[in-house]
Amino acid sequence: MTTASRSTTPATKVEPEIQAVGTKTGIGKKLVFYVVLIFFAILYIYPFIIQLITAFKTNPDATNNALSLTPDPFTTGAWDTLFSSDYPVWFTNSIIVTLCVTAGRVFFCSLAGYALARLKFTGRTTIFTGLLAIMAVPGVVLMIPKFLVLNYIGIYNTYPALIVPIMVDAAGIFIMKQFFESIPVSVEEAARIDGAGVFRTFWSVVLPMAKPALITLTILSFQGSWNELPHFIIATNNPDLYTLTRGVAGFTGGSLGSGNQYPISMAAALLMTIPSALVFIVFQRYFTQGANAGAEKG
Amino acid sequence: MKTGGLQRQQGAGWLFVVPAIAVIGLFVILPIGMALWVSLSDWGGRGSPFSSDVSFVGAENYSSLLAEPGLARQDLMLSFRNTFYYVIGVVPVQTVLALSLAVLLNNKFLKGRTFFRTAFYFPSVVSSVAISLLFLFLFAGGGAINNVLGWFGVNGPNWFADSRGLIHMFGDAVGLWTVADPPGWLADTPVMGLSLWQWFSGPSVAMSAIMLQVIWTTAGTFMLMFLAALQDLPVEVEEAAMVDGANKWQRFMNVTVPHLRPAILLVLTLGFIGTWQVFDQMYVMTQGGPAKTTLTPAYLSYQAAFDNFNWGEGAAIAFILFALIFVLTTVQRWLLRDRSDDTPRRGRRRQSVIADTDVRKAQA
Repeated sequence: MTTASRSTTPATKVEPEIQAVGTKTGIGKKLVFYVVLIFFAILYIYPFIIQLITAFKTNPDATNNALSLTPDPFTTGAWDTLFSSDYPVWFTNSIIVTLCVTAGRVFFCSLAGYALARLKFTGRTTIFTGLLAIMAVPGVVLMIPKFLVLNYIGIYNTYPALIVPIMVDAAGIFIMKQFFESIPVSVEEAARIDGAGVFRTFWSVVLPMAKPALITLTILSFQGSWNELPHFIIATNNPDLYTLTRGVAGFTGGSLGSGNQYPISMAAALLMTIPSALVFIVFQRYFTQGANAGAEKG
Repeated sequence: MKTGGLQRQQGAGWLFVVPAIAVIGLFVILPIGMALWVSLSDWGGRGSPFSSDVSFVGAENYSSLLAEPGLARQDLMLSFRNTFYYVIGVVPVQTVLALSLAVLLNNKFLKGRTFFRTAFYFPSVVSSVAISLLFLFLFAGGGAINNVLGWFGVNGPNWFADSRGLIHMFGDAVGLWTVADPPGWLADTPVMGLSLWQWFSGPSVAMSAIMLQVIWTTAGTFMLMFLAALQDLPVEVEEAAMVDGANKWQRFMNVTVPHLRPAILLVLTLGFIGTWQVFDQMYVMTQGGPAKTTLTPAYLSYQAAFDNFNWGEGAAIAFILFALIFVLTTVQRWLLRDRSDDTPRRGRRRQSVIADTDVRKAQA
């Protein structure tokens, strides 16, 4: 795939003329430049540091010394409260739902994307046009409609209600279709001549070649379903089926008893961020590539 | 290809798309149809909306929201007002901030680019719920923001409890009017159920805090798109401009910005679509308050249906919002259309899809 290689080249290859400009830039200008960047970096990092520290404070300490970076006294009380609440249940639910949604999206979007890119069948153009139209429907507009159907077909308050409606994603199909179109047809033809069926060809010849796109789609699906809120609000009102976003969102509604309980809400927010942060750190270059894929000329 | 292969493809093709079509049909297309019926009915949330005791009320829900004086119309207009100020505050600022950060990071002599890029993009991968809890704490009465304001002698407001409008406060400060006694021609001229005075309130202090939060979160998402587009800028073009003696600012305005035009248009479009849908922050942080100044159409629709069991009204609001977003994005695309280049680039299409997923994640 061209995107993989091109994302690195412009950054590393420094032209002599540009370097000359770099050296012409005065020390003073450079200083201003770094001061501005560091100012923004602090603006972006400091809130998360405050969050981490506050999770180990007592509630009065958090309320009265919001900026202080030394918990006084240091306590893990917020975490104890969190773990004895429903939080572990929500965490488990989030893992179940995210794994199912991600697996489903990657599989079904690849299948459909491949069919739309390569297989010739009646109605292909119509389906594709339909998909483009569906991508234009704003997500929040579908909240009430989706609830109506979940309720009507009787799966409201079940795991399938949390998982199935978000298991296929029109944008995911589109990404996979675009990728499959960039793979040379000759590879599949060779497999077909060897007598492989359509699914065999897809599964053991084409799919392994689509690894970069599959990883991108996996990351997008993971982040999307882990952080999803509106769908989980309308799919259940049973606390046993709450995911992290749904459960933690209720913290502001006074479910923790009196007071704001900032240390608990900071701990809850921190812990639910860790899985996304890990995925982000491990697969960071794919995030950049995802954005770079767009810059590629068609 | 042989005809046997074609027949095989016919069957396999359908087999491959059936799961996707089934899910989208069942959970996107069917729901839209059902909600359209509910928006035209008086269904109260009990039993099947298709049962015989649910009756067809025509456009009644729509007319009570748009035409007849009353609470329903007043709330919808308040939500439009709030979201309008929210959109025109957030979209330009997040676009300019994202572009500035990207240009800074694209500087050739910069050391530690990965570190800065990671720092700015990180909030984009964090759930809106977690960010909202964090900002509730940062913007609390005695929170971090007000502590920092205190260093400069500023007595920060109690952000999320403050319903005062920024334009009202500004006019008061410069002596145009007093908020306690607004001028009669503004207070006594009602337009669509709200007085002109209410229309021209500006975003409330509470809404401004949410706006700052959203700008902070999404600037990083869009920065990454600008960065990708910037790295695509051919070095030769910039060199040519340099040989011609163009200074840095001229090069930026005459070479970089035109090159980034597609990316800027995309970011603006995604920004407008995303901001009109704002819901999560209201659900977690303010529930529409204080004094309904953070009420948005998406949250109002949810509230009407799930809290007040006014399903017809809730569904009607959803369709009105849908129509509004559709009209606004069509108008915006037409206004900002690319006049010089009429052949659409495939790359742009693809970019918009990937970006779209990114933005839904960040803003939905």
